[in-house]
Amino acid sequence: MISLASRDILHSWGKFIFTGFGLGLLIGVTLTMAGVYRGMVDDGKALLDNSGADLWVVQQDTLGPYAESSSLSDDLYRGVLAMPGVSNAVNVTYLTMQVRQGERDVRAMVVGVAPGGAGTPGWPPYLVDGRQITRSHYEAVADIATGFKIGDRLTIRRNQYAVVGLTRRMVSSNGDPMVFIPLRDAQEAQFLKDNDAILESRRRTAANPAFNRPGAPGFLDAVIAAQSTNASVNAVLVTLEPGHEPEAVAQSVRRWKRLTAFTRPEMERILVGKLIATAAKQIGMFLVILAVVSAAIVAFIIYTLTMDKIREIAVLKLIGTRNRTIAAMIMQQAVALGFIGFVVGKITASYSAPLFPKYVLLLPGDSIAGFFAVLVICVLASLVAIRTALRVDPAEAIGG
Amino acid sequence: MGAKGIRIEGLKKRYGSGDTAVDALKSVNMEIAPGEVVGLIGPSGSGKSTLLKSLGAVIDPTAGRMTLGDEVIYDEGWKVRDLRALRRDKIGFVFQAPYLIPFLDVTDNVALLPMLAGARNSDARARAMELLTALDVHHRARAMPSQLSGGEQQRVSIARGLINRPPVILADEPTAPLDSERAMAVIRILNDMAKRFETAIIVVTHDEKIIPTFKRIYHIRDGVTHEEVGEGRAVA
Repeated sequence: MISLASRDILHSWGKFIFTGFGLGLLIGVTLTMAGVYRGMVDDGKALLDNSGADLWVVQQDTLGPYAESSSLSDDLYRGVLAMPGVSNAVNVTYLTMQVRQGERDVRAMVVGVAPGGAGTPGWPPYLVDGRQITRSHYEAVADIATGFKIGDRLTIRRNQYAVVGLTRRMVSSNGDPMVFIPLRDAQEAQFLKDNDAILESRRRTAANPAFNRPGAPGFLDAVIAAQSTNASVNAVLVTLEPGHEPEAVAQSVRRWKRLTAFTRPEMERILVGKLIATAAKQIGMFLVILAVVSAAIVAFIIYTLTMDKIREIAVLKLIGTRNRTIAAMIMQQAVALGFIGFVVGKITASYSAPLFPKYVLLLPGDSIAGFFAVLVICVLASLVAIRTALRVDPAEAIGG
Repeated sequence: MGAKGIRIEGLKKRYGSGDTAVDALKSVNMEIAPGEVVGLIGPSGSGKSTLLKSLGAVIDPTAGRMTLGDEVIYDEGWKVRDLRALRRDKIGFVFQAPYLIPFLDVTDNVALLPMLAGARNSDARARAMELLTALDVHHRARAMPSQLSGGEQQRVSIARGLINRPPVILADEPTAPLDSERAMAVIRILNDMAKRFETAIIVVTHDEKIIPTFKRIYHIRDGVTHEEVGEGRAVA
């Protein structure tokens, strides 16, 4: 038996190809939206992977340092370092801001890293060009997504930094590229006020008789000095010695240090479940709308194509064609349309993904699921046309 | 009449019920022998289309008896179970417009019926080519319907009606869209095919120019048939 569906498609291939192309663009947008969500999740995991930590110690009762602000004294890490099972504990700061370079500025997450090197928690684990930070001040390593180059001069607050190294895929959970600078500089950047604000603060402190006591020389200077320095960090990144359970060490930190400590799975839950949950729902809604629109388009096209040959269908029924042969013809056309659309959509998504400013991750599993979803949508969308075709009275082929 | 052909006795068809009932067919009696071509004529609303649909097993008569070949297909409310298979295997249709399947070439338009009946594609196409040759359209075998003239389309439509060698062919105004010359050619072909394949052919027509070509004509008026036998001008 010949395939009526394939013959019809070959006969009106232009209509099918153009419709499939339009549907494909829609499917491409759908796949890209799924890729945006996967990219957000992957960015979050990359952030955790690249931090090199087994535990994140943050301010008590906060979800810091990525989902909420967290402030810790910068000497707390010493106590954590002394706890059983802890291999290393280092301070880290995170500050999302506009980093200026010449006439342009780039939104970036500025990471303050404690002295150390590659392998120290918080540091970029590898570079694609240049070297790691070796000086205590005014050097920076930037992710290549910032567009900065080796030797560029960056302005962060009032200080200038030389880019000495470039890294890759070091991004925040929002997809902002990272810029690594020494911890002291980062602490200053978080705290530093402008000159007018500093003058105003000093004036107010000097005017306060509690701080400016006639009988206590040097007290005012000490207070002002304390106001001009920042002894806070956002988190302590902890690595564990082999054989120690992260949850057990985290419990110990919570109990004895009265701080909050998160293990890697807990941090993933915070990032994926809370930080990008709203964005995920938003994307989910878009996916549902796009699926409904795709189904409506397929249903409309297949219905129109069926109505175009309703007389021929009446003739087919009159001369003894089985209902299932006619239904199969319509359903096969819908599936073929979906197949063409999926191929076009997959190619579109694959080629357009790198053009998006945020990371778009197209997983093979998503593509396979998308393919079957398209087929299911096409089969469902063809039901209206099949119902109409099967209700055609073969008598319509006979005049009168 | 012999074992083949079609016989209709006291066929009735009523639409609706009660006060709104309409008797479209009141008393239809016909008998067409194998190889015979008869005309069925009548004014609009006389019941021609209802009769054609009843004969084509598309609608159920209300009463009467129909015999196709040696098989009773309807008898006072009883009917054969598989009407679709009956239409496919025992009845050929030729329409006013050819209604060829636009996405199949000429050969496959004709070969489709045996394919639907389960014949192998190669066998079905060989039978189609045989018929197309007999109808002198074999040179257009690979053409699409849109590439054919009106006369060629109608000949392909006749080939499709004949492909399963049905005992009866119902032709609904087959010459309506054709000029005189082509209309006469179609009638000539129908006569040839009727003789060649021992098929009974009923031609429903309004076409004045072909009516004299029938040896027997059934007039239908107000749902009642009347047979008229004339000299006719049987086309050789």
